[in-house]
Amino acid sequence: MLTKRVIPCLDVAAGRVVRGVKFSADKDAGDPIELARRYNTDGADELVFYDITASHEGRGLFMDLLEDCARELFIPLCVGGGLATVDDLYGVLRAGADKTSINSAAVRTPDLIDQGARRFGSQCIVLSIDAKKTVEDDGRNWWQVYVNGGRKATGIDAVAWAREGVDRGAGELVLNSIDADGTREGYDLDLLSTVTGLVEVPVVASGGAGTLDHFTDAFSIGHAHAVLAASVFHYGVFSVPEVKRHLATHGLPVRL
Amino acid sequence: MSTADAIAIIDYGAGNLRSVVHAVAHAGLNAIVTDDASVIRRAPGVILPGVGAAADTMENLVSRNLTGVIEEVISGGKPFLGVCMGMQALFTVSEEGGSHACLDILGGTVRRFAPGLSIPHMGWNQVRQVRSHPIFDGIADDTHFYFVHSFHVDATDYKVVIGNTTYGITFPSVIASGSLVATQFHPEKSANGGLRLYANFGRIVRGELGHGMTSQTDTVEVA
Repeated sequence: MLTKRVIPCLDVAAGRVVRGVKFSADKDAGDPIELARRYNTDGADELVFYDITASHEGRGLFMDLLEDCARELFIPLCVGGGLATVDDLYGVLRAGADKTSINSAAVRTPDLIDQGARRFGSQCIVLSIDAKKTVEDDGRNWWQVYVNGGRKATGIDAVAWAREGVDRGAGELVLNSIDADGTREGYDLDLLSTVTGLVEVPVVASGGAGTLDHFTDAFSIGHAHAVLAASVFHYGVFSVPEVKRHLATHGLPVRL
Repeated sequence: MSTADAIAIIDYGAGNLRSVVHAVAHAGLNAIVTDDASVIRRAPGVILPGVGAAADTMENLVSRNLTGVIEEVISGGKPFLGVCMGMQALFTVSEEGGSHACLDILGGTVRRFAPGLSIPHMGWNQVRQVRSHPIFDGIADDTHFYFVHSFHVDATDYKVVIGNTTYGITFPSVIASGSLVATQFHPEKSANGGLRLYANFGRIVRGELGHGMTSQTDTVEVA
């Protein structure tokens, strides 16, 4: 049976893993290669490397790091952060990424999804969406797409954008809840179940995991295909095997 | 290590070439990346990697004049390992993006998963070993491997299927015929199970694990 995936995410700045709370990096969480090795040994189903530095120097460090990790990790690697052109996608794929995660650039230039999918295949194109619940004066609720690391509202409906992204060729979606990110209060299950009910591709839940039941809920209530978390893993609140065992006791298929 | 005994990894522009190279090296194999037919012909074993679309794969193989040498080394009994698109390309025809003729080394059609499932089939799924084969040496039955594909093989001859996987339907995930083996999953992304599979292929190439398919005898339980 296809298992539910558990994916640690490493937000990397200037060659170090950092911890984000509501989309702003604050604390140092360790050496990326060391953490990646640990997750590999622990049975992580995939790893995400997110480059949150904008500087040219940071970019160079990040690419070196990616190459080093790809040489010794034999699980899928997804890479995101600042990828804006097809050439950027090609660069990280060549350095050892299996998938590319695109976000702000896809909002600015949706055709990047089509181009990337045509050139590398849909399985390489992950559309990452930062969404924040927005309440209108008339009480209407909707999820709005934010860009630039969650700082800039776009006026775009996240659910409609998810569907458009899939139509354009994204092979997977990551839904990051800006409200939940770093709070450890749980994934946004409404957003998840709304999107998983609409699209055919796998959907990854991101932002907000704080208890073991939060992971279970993402699957059984949100119908996610995978869960992504950062700080709870980096700081050892839970280990990957602990999360998987918890999922298994709730009848969810996992790779132990 | 000399290149004379190096396994040839066929370079036709497949995106995952580098991960295959890393994994094969990590598994202790001596390998060389090449699109040179004479190097492929001399190599003691051949790996055909692959990711992406069937039409592109076939176009690239044809434009680099590689289809002939692939057919030649397989019919000549050289150990051969196809991976993902490198497995699908061995069959008769693929329905991906219309209908595209493939290498037709094995009979069968590559079909899309039926609607109602999440596509691509992406993630870790189990391989049930339905026939014994040296490629499975030291790999437990029902081990999880990493899959990412939207199309699956429908083989004409069920006897070539040595491993299968269930996702909505049960489909062939490892096939073997003579000295040919191929996997739908990506061993280079399948942690220890995948590295073991590459190591086993290396041992098959070196003649340490028997050569390809063991003869299959249907055994009948006598009460």
